[in-house]
Amino acid sequence: MLDAALTRQLRSIVGDKHFRDDQEARVAHSYDGTPMLQALPDGVIYPETTEQVSRIMTALAAHRVPVVSRGSGSNLCGGTVPVQGGVVMVMHRMNRILEVDLENLTATVQPGLITASFIAHIEALGLFYPPDPSSMKISTIGGNIAECSGGLRGLKYGTTKDYVIGLEAVLANGEIIRTGGKLMKDVAGYDLTKLLVGSEGTLAIVTEATLKLVPPPASKKTMLAMYKDLYGAARTVSRIIENKIIPATLEIMDNPTIRVVDDFAGLGLPRDMAAILLIEQDGDAETVERDIARIREICEFERADRIEVAESREQAEKLLTARRSAFTALARLRPTTILEDATVPRSRIADMVLRIDEIARKYGVSIATFGHAGDGNLHPTATTDARDADEVHRVEQAFEEIFEAAIALGGTITGEHGVGLVKAPFLEWKVGSAGIEVMRGIKRAFDPDNLLNPGKMFAKETRKRVVIERG
Amino acid sequence: MANASETSPIQNKPAIDHVNPLSKTLLAKLDYDQLTNCMRCGFCLPACPTFRETGLEPESPRGRIALMKAVADGVMDPDQAFADQMNHCLGCRACEPACPADVKYGQLIEQARDAIEDHADHGLPVAGIRKLFFKGVFPHRGRLKWMGKGLALYQKSGLRHVVRGSGLMRLLPKAMREMEQILPEASGQGVVERIGTFYPAKGAKIARVALFRGCIMDVLFAETNVNTVKLLSEAGFEVVIPTAQVCCGALHAHSGEMDQARELARANLKAFEEAGVEYVVSNAGGCGALLVEYDHLLHEDAEYRELAAKFAARVVDVSQLLVARGRIPAFDEAAASGSEPVTITYQDSCHLRNVMKSSNAPRQLMKQVANATFTEMHEADRCCGSAGIYNVTQPEMAGQILDHKMVHANRTGARYLLTSNPGCLLQMKLGVLKHGDPEAMEVKHVVDFLYERMADRSDP
Repeated sequence: MLDAALTRQLRSIVGDKHFRDDQEARVAHSYDGTPMLQALPDGVIYPETTEQVSRIMTALAAHRVPVVSRGSGSNLCGGTVPVQGGVVMVMHRMNRILEVDLENLTATVQPGLITASFIAHIEALGLFYPPDPSSMKISTIGGNIAECSGGLRGLKYGTTKDYVIGLEAVLANGEIIRTGGKLMKDVAGYDLTKLLVGSEGTLAIVTEATLKLVPPPASKKTMLAMYKDLYGAARTVSRIIENKIIPATLEIMDNPTIRVVDDFAGLGLPRDMAAILLIEQDGDAETVERDIARIREICEFERADRIEVAESREQAEKLLTARRSAFTALARLRPTTILEDATVPRSRIADMVLRIDEIARKYGVSIATFGHAGDGNLHPTATTDARDADEVHRVEQAFEEIFEAAIALGGTITGEHGVGLVKAPFLEWKVGSAGIEVMRGIKRAFDPDNLLNPGKMFAKETRKRVVIERG
Repeated sequence: MANASETSPIQNKPAIDHVNPLSKTLLAKLDYDQLTNCMRCGFCLPACPTFRETGLEPESPRGRIALMKAVADGVMDPDQAFADQMNHCLGCRACEPACPADVKYGQLIEQARDAIEDHADHGLPVAGIRKLFFKGVFPHRGRLKWMGKGLALYQKSGLRHVVRGSGLMRLLPKAMREMEQILPEASGQGVVERIGTFYPAKGAKIARVALFRGCIMDVLFAETNVNTVKLLSEAGFEVVIPTAQVCCGALHAHSGEMDQARELARANLKAFEEAGVEYVVSNAGGCGALLVEYDHLLHEDAEYRELAAKFAARVVDVSQLLVARGRIPAFDEAAASGSEPVTITYQDSCHLRNVMKSSNAPRQLMKQVANATFTEMHEADRCCGSAGIYNVTQPEMAGQILDHKMVHANRTGARYLLTSNPGCLLQMKLGVLKHGDPEAMEVKHVVDFLYERMADRSDP
């Protein structure tokens, strides 16, 4: 329950309509896209301006009330579940494109802007903003910044952090800071812009962002290659890069995923394949043709069983269906779908896929793996039922071992989903205790009273490593 | 991955100190498996018209499912705000194709409304009107016909003129007043009175089909029913019209009157079983969508379950059947107006598109018309705000949605705006009246538009 004086103050800042503490609002902001997590906030607030955000923070800080800022709540790490109650700040009303600067090729936007709307606007101007998380139809730019979202184009074009060049943000005490700018070079002090990207709402509340835009590629070509041997597929990935070709998209689906997708979409995929690679190249037409021809040779050299190159946009769409259906097909298998994002150096993809398979069998759970092979970012996806406590426990054990395996292969516990609540107990495995201490120090510098998204990123205690390390 | 020790049970759970009887009914009626299947990814949010209008999570399918689940889990007391929120949903079901997990949202919202209706304490006028229409009018063909005759008399006798002039109309709510203006000429003469119960196929017979004539369709749009039959005949289908058929029950199901809907469904199953047809053809997306789900509606009815499944598998929209099996007739704009070529556009019927899964067939037919150019309207796949009787029960939201719809409609510059459902047709007519130019843009049912352009309209 919030203090009555605070409630009055919040209402006076945003107006009665935009602060709510009724049942409906509290229940509807008690979850995000992460399975099996729910905690009710004490109130929900919808600010319209940076100045309002600043005044809200001043009021909340005075009462020591925590705040979770969020966009659409589609994250997969429990990042916006208000585990310590307090106020959820929804940024949807701050959703304007403030400026597109065609001379500097930048856009300045508010955080509540839907990613896909932004991309549509930018593309209509003949420009390109590459970060394309799968949730982009509903995710917000602010959410993408908080989580440093990736997507299918990460390999060639990078992720959100590579496109955020300036920020306006409100600190826990209500002060407003501005970082970076429309600058391609800027070494004035620590790079606070990059620090805030991926900080999961724990350091400040982003109220405005300046994004870098690039010219769009002139053409694009799509192909599929299918392998009976997983290592053949994995070697293809490494060899493409070795040949100094960076494809726009380089996705992999393992055998369990292929079977599920085929059951769902009836694409007639060969069910005995160990892996399918979906490859796209973009750029000027001549380069695209040359790269695709070369990639085809590499696939053949690595004994791909079947190769299909799309000759038209319609054909390309058909080839893309398999990969696009992966998540949907898996989500329909069982009531609960847990999508993880263990990431390894791309040279270790095959080892990681096999380890995941082995671990799933060990714990008797179903895990299918697909993901961004080109950047080593895999999505082992468990299908289970939240009501089956025993099975859910085995899934948790399996994922712990998968994180362990990823780290052993030189990888990380999360490539693009973030730490949030669910991976906080494992963060130390990746960054070490000294790393955690540095991060805690940064958190204290920004938010000494731990009011911004408390309970995330840093766990009360680190999970004990139960698994013997294996190479 | 969830860390169960830190996160369950639900944190900061409010103390629900009394057990609301509605909670129990909801728990009994809601399909808990479907509630669990929602993984809260949020992919439904951009598809939802009420979320788009308000930007508020509770006004989204994910939000509404979370509210239902919170009640089922004992986290929330189903108060008036809960009931209002459930009724605020248009039921357009655009969230279903957007859902990766295939959650049957349409069923959940119907279950929730059914439970709410069981405990609803409508004031006298509302309860009376609900009873009058749901029990007294829609299910009874004879009474509907009388109503049609009465309405026709009102419209033609000059009484309408007197009433409109007298200021009496101002006594009605705004939404009803608006509706009165756009109602087409009603008639007591339905399709059977006009052409009988049997209409032969022109040329070689492809299949024997039955027309589902609908209740409102046959009073307000009897001509469209006639044109549907003639179009089917021209395309090679023999058409029968079983006279024992009744209202489909869609308006009942969407308003929480599930028992009534089931009763009507059983009557229709019997009526059509005797017809011995390969297809049951609907020309109203809203009706077709319920007919095609009779199997679900009666899945707990041991006696009718099988018959319902057989029936549901036979239901098609007229456009689907023409494209899939028919000999598509030649259509020419000149056959109707004999003048300049025209531009046409289309507003999807949500239920035809999202439930019957037919968005291409009507477009394909429209594109066959010589001397007419089809222009796609931006966001034609989004609800127009009609949603059965939503525009009467929730006029404010319906009006807001219609305002946005008309911006896109006007941009097409089309001479004809076509639809596949009577509710959408009336709503779009209202839209043109309020925000467009009724002289420049005519709203029509696809079937009427096609029939009027059929090169050969001679009798079989």
